[in-house]
Order: sequence, then C-alpha cells, then structure tokens
Amino acid sequence: MHELAICQALINQLETIASERNAQSISLIVVGIGPLSGVEAQLLKNAYPIASAGTVADNAEIVIQQLPVKVKCNECGCESDAKPNKLICKNCGNWRTSLVSGDELLLLSVELEKSDTEYSGPDTGNLTNTGLH
Amino acid sequence: MCDTCGCNITHGNENFIKPGGKLHKTESGKEAVTVLHNLLDENDHTAMHNREHFDQHNVLAINLMSSPGAGKTALLEATIQQLDKNLRIAVIEGDLETENDAERIRKHGVKAIQISTGSACHLDAHMIHQALHNLDLAEFDIIFIENVGNLVCPASFDLGQHLNVTLLSVPEGDDKPAKYPVMFRASDFVLISKSDLLPILDDFKPERARKYLQDIASTAPILELSSKNKSGMKEWFEWINQQIKNRKDYLKEHPLSTHSHTHSHNHGNNHGHTHQHTHDHLHKHV
Repeated sequence: MHELAICQALINQLETIASERNAQSISLIVVGIGPLSGVEAQLLKNAYPIASAGTVADNAEIVIQQLPVKVKCNECGCESDAKPNKLICKNCGNWRTSLVSGDELLLLSVELEKSDTEYSGPDTGNLTNTGLH
Repeated sequence: MCDTCGCNITHGNENFIKPGGKLHKTESGKEAVTVLHNLLDENDHTAMHNREHFDQHNVLAINLMSSPGAGKTALLEATIQQLDKNLRIAVIEGDLETENDAERIRKHGVKAIQISTGSACHLDAHMIHQALHNLDLAEFDIIFIENVGNLVCPASFDLGQHLNVTLLSVPEGDDKPAKYPVMFRASDFVLISKSDLLPILDDFKPERARKYLQDIASTAPILELSSKNKSGMKEWFEWINQQIKNRKDYLKEHPLSTHSHTHSHNHGNNHGHTHQHTHDHLHKHV
C-alpha cells in the first residue's frame, strides 16, 4: 500500500502550485495513471482524503484517467495495445518491444479556487502550462 | 521521467493527457492549470543525487528486491564470504522492524546500516540519502541495498541505484513475472534463488519463468543460483565484476561535472533516458 506515500507526494505538489498562484483551495485534480506504474487508481482515491485532510487540497474532487498500455515492436515497428503482463507485438508476435504508454504516474491538471479580487478572468489566458518549457 | 523537457508525453499517450476538453473549462473564480508533473518527482530528484554520490566515489549500487524470504540476506552473506576480497562491500538493509538482517551481515565483518521503515512497505530515495550520511563512500566499491521484502511497492521508487536485481525463489513458483510485471520489468538481472530445491519442487520450470519474462519484454539475463550449495555463484560474481567495469567505462565517457550545477544523468534501470537537469540549491556531500 504505497499509494498513501504517493498521495502525500501529490499533496506536496498541490500545495506548491496553490501557493505559487495564490489560490485559496483546490477543487479538482486530474491524475493520469498507467497500469505499469505500479499504482492502483482505487487505492490512490481511497488514500486521498487521508493525505489531503487539513491541506489546501482538502475536499477536492480527484479524477483519475487510466492510460492505456501500448508497445512498439523493435522489429516490425508496429504499435499495438497490450496487457500489462503481455507486452508482445500483436502484429508479428515478437517480444522485443518498447513501451510507448502505460507506466505514467502524472499530475495532469488542477483547478484552483481563487477569490474574485485576485482572479484575472477566464478571457486573459487561464490555461497555463507549467510542465513544458 | 522528468518535468523539464516534456518527456512525460509520448505520442502513445498524448491524446489522453494533453490539455483540452471539459476538464479545462473554468467557471468564474476558478483557474485551470495544466501541470504534467510526475508524482514521484521529489523522490526521483533525491534518487538522482544519491546516484551522483555513488558515482563521485566510483561505487556501484545494487538494489536487491524480492518477496520476503526469497533469500536476499543469505545471498549477501554468501557473496561477502566468496567475492574477491579486494572489493569492499557495504550493505543498506531495509526492513519494517528489527536489526536482524544488519546483524547477520555485520557478523561477516561488513558495514551494515539498518533502515527500519516502520509501516512503510518500501524504501525510498530519502531513506537511502539518510543512510548515506552514515557511510563514507570512499571506503567502498559496492553498496548493496536490500529492499523491503515485497514484490509490489519497491518497484515504483528509484533509490539512486545503478542496477536492480530481483530474486525469484523456487518455492514461489515460476509465474511470478506474469503476476508482478511492474517489479520484473524494472529488473536488470533475475536470479532464480534456492535452485538447490529445483529437483524437489519440480513444478518450477526455469524455462517457463524465462518465457514469462519475455512476455513482459524483459531483456534481463536470468541465472539459477543457490546460496546454499553455491551453484551459480561464480556467474553471479562475473556479472558483478562486469557491472563494475561497465560503470567505470560509463563514467570515463561521461565524467561527472563535480560541483557544477548543471549535469546530465541516466536512470539506474537502463531503460530510461538521459537528459539535462538543472538545479539551483546547494547540497552538502557527506
């Protein structure tokens, strides 16, 4: 049950984001999880209220997007869906493949609650990408 | 994965995670922020620092993982007894409770640091960082980290090791790689331990374990090994010596920029990537 530890890491990130942007609270959190990350979505959801109690992210809705397992064949180059314990190429059956999706453990986005005086309005660019530079 | 270069997004997952859709529409008084941070970013950052500490002292760090009772401590004892005496070993032991394993190692005259994790089911990079404060890395060539016995949680946490070695003991059954794909996918070397039991527990087929490892696209070599009758130990030592050489060669080609604040790193599991990383805080090397 390492989901609680991961949830605490999530809360640390949320507190940093809220503080940087002067948010009063966080209302929505979207997390992306691939089955090969080793994290169970439901356990993470269960751990969230415990980890977030008394923090800026208390009472936030947590949405988990389950990401698919996909592999690319090192031989034929074909991309196919796969199961976590069957990462073979569906086209040629080769087992030498590379994972292109399925091991993610990402905080994708958050929705912050801000007071009206600090809020800049939805028409002035309310979607900021802090992850990519 | 990192947060600086966008490598979290691949063409395989971009349709699922890129911004857009109803989740990003906001009401008055709300702000939507796209983040795309790895949840274990803080752990991975510390792990990278641990790996730098190891590299600065030419120390190879090997993370041993398995179920409880697969023979990690017994393997370490046999390794200490037989490995080239010119190689200086230290061990970091992770257990929920007790100093038992560290005491077993210390009886062989080897330095052992015990980490008691309490209720935590895995070691993380911060615990290893703390343990490194009690080790003078200049005195050692290899650090073995014996992780908490658990085939699930330890796989998700990079500790700063160079290599993951996973033990699959014969009594456990040969289908463990199919049941615990995350753990075995992270393995650089798989040891079929307690191989002296193969004639008795003949429903364990090493070739079947190999097949299950191929199913998860693992290219890790497999070795049947017994700490009891010492079969396979020679090959285990050859592998260790080869890894020490590989790491030295790697560091010759990619020298560390000591005390610089920009450096590149590669992940310990050999299936990551290399990227530039910048940080702006000071840290003390112990």
